[in-house]
Amino acid sequence: MRDKPRPRGVNHHDLSASHAISVSKTRYALYALGLFALASAVFYGVFSGVEYPWNWSGVWRYRQQFGYGWLTTMGLSLVAMVVSITFGFLLMLGRRAPWLPVQMGCGSVVELVRGSPLLVQLLIGHYIIAQRLNIDNPIFTGVILLGCFEGAYLAEIFRGAVESISASQLEAARAVGFSKFQTYRFVIIPQALRRALPGTTGQLVSLIKDSSLLSVIGIEELVQKVKIMNAASFAPLEGFLPLVLAYLAVTLPLSYLARRLEGRFAYET
Amino acid sequence: MKLETHAVTKRYGAHAALDGASFATGDEARVIALLGPSGGGKSTLLRVLGSLLVPDDGHVSIDSRALPHDEEGALKERRGNGFVFQGYNLFPHLTAMQNITLPLREVHGMAETQATQRALELLHRLGLEGHEYKRPSQLSGGQQQRAAIARALAPKPRLLLLDEPTSALDPVMTGEVLDVIRELAEAGQSIILATHEISFARKVADWVVFLVGGKVQESSTAAEFFTRPQTELARQYLEGLSKYR
Repeated sequence: MRDKPRPRGVNHHDLSASHAISVSKTRYALYALGLFALASAVFYGVFSGVEYPWNWSGVWRYRQQFGYGWLTTMGLSLVAMVVSITFGFLLMLGRRAPWLPVQMGCGSVVELVRGSPLLVQLLIGHYIIAQRLNIDNPIFTGVILLGCFEGAYLAEIFRGAVESISASQLEAARAVGFSKFQTYRFVIIPQALRRALPGTTGQLVSLIKDSSLLSVIGIEELVQKVKIMNAASFAPLEGFLPLVLAYLAVTLPLSYLARRLEGRFAYET
Repeated sequence: MKLETHAVTKRYGAHAALDGASFATGDEARVIALLGPSGGGKSTLLRVLGSLLVPDDGHVSIDSRALPHDEEGALKERRGNGFVFQGYNLFPHLTAMQNITLPLREVHGMAETQATQRALELLHRLGLEGHEYKRPSQLSGGQQQRAAIARALAPKPRLLLLDEPTSALDPVMTGEVLDVIRELAEAGQSIILATHEISFARKVADWVVFLVGGKVQESSTAAEFFTRPQTELARQYLEGLSKYR
């Protein structure tokens, strides 16, 4: 479909406006630099004050294991994201279903899953439920459990976004003759998507970090690999610093991407 | 067109927006104005007549054909109608063009190129040349309402239903929109219009249904209603509204 891009924000023909933009950009960079220097100083102060024989040779020796762990974490997280979005969407639909038992059932699932620790869900899910169902694949179980856990939160984010679509929009959809399904597809979801985006990204970032708990059911993801690596090289802490960077390397771009997308969907002002 | 309702009731909780509304127009009514004070049931009656709402009780018929009471039948019925509301009825995430072509393609099964052609034709006819690819937030209130009218007209509806289409507009924009509606009425479009614009109704309507408290107080030709209102309520209403215009 043809769609002309709309000018957004600043009028670039206006000299003073573009000048203001470049000034604020410089200022932005300066602040960022200042904050970075400050954080580094605090970091250095804290670390140099601790008596600890840093030994980085272990980290370097086990770098390949570290890489495998990182790939496992990312692979698990990616699949769990798909599971969580699907599960969250279905739960949201269930909570809005016209049948009371379905509504109540989905509501209970959301409250139970959000109200109990992921650690306990993983243990019960893996050692009791999966056992009973004869599923002997911790990765499969772990991804499903993690996906369901985050999906329960996503369900509420999605529900909030869908319910924020005004009654006049729903009436307009009925008036042009859309069926229920068409109303969701063409009116509700495209508009709700933008409103759900910030919350959803936050939840997906959480998912990546929460995947570290999968180590309790024997999955060797990044945190578990680092623990093994630290133990093997008799260096109990060193591995955790690159670990933080390895997580940030994914979570920061994800947040950035979400902000970019939000800007693109900003049509309502 | 002959519109007929018999004891139509529509409740919202304990409140009856329509409380046994009955009337019949003449056989040749074409532009029907629904008049009356706010909260009198105009908007609800308009939605019932357009099959956007199914009444709790009573019957509605258009040219002696009874309107269906089931959701499935009502959907089919309202796909033959066009609606314009007070405001905010365009889809904000779509351009003026897409607002028109999307229902044409998805509801009426029209091909993309034909839908685009039809949309362009209507947007130009309603004076929106150069605004085809703007989103509603980039249009003025009057332009938005004209785009909404274009969307309602696109599938060539049997009935065009307008619910206070100028209530959210300033006088200049109101003029723009009323001009469009008058042109449509003069071109032969069947219209049901709920409005407070009494002098406009006097110019274009050929039948008036006057509602107070969810009941039809009067149903008569426009000429008769405006010159010889039968009820005291209608006389007061007309006097009150024409005081300053």
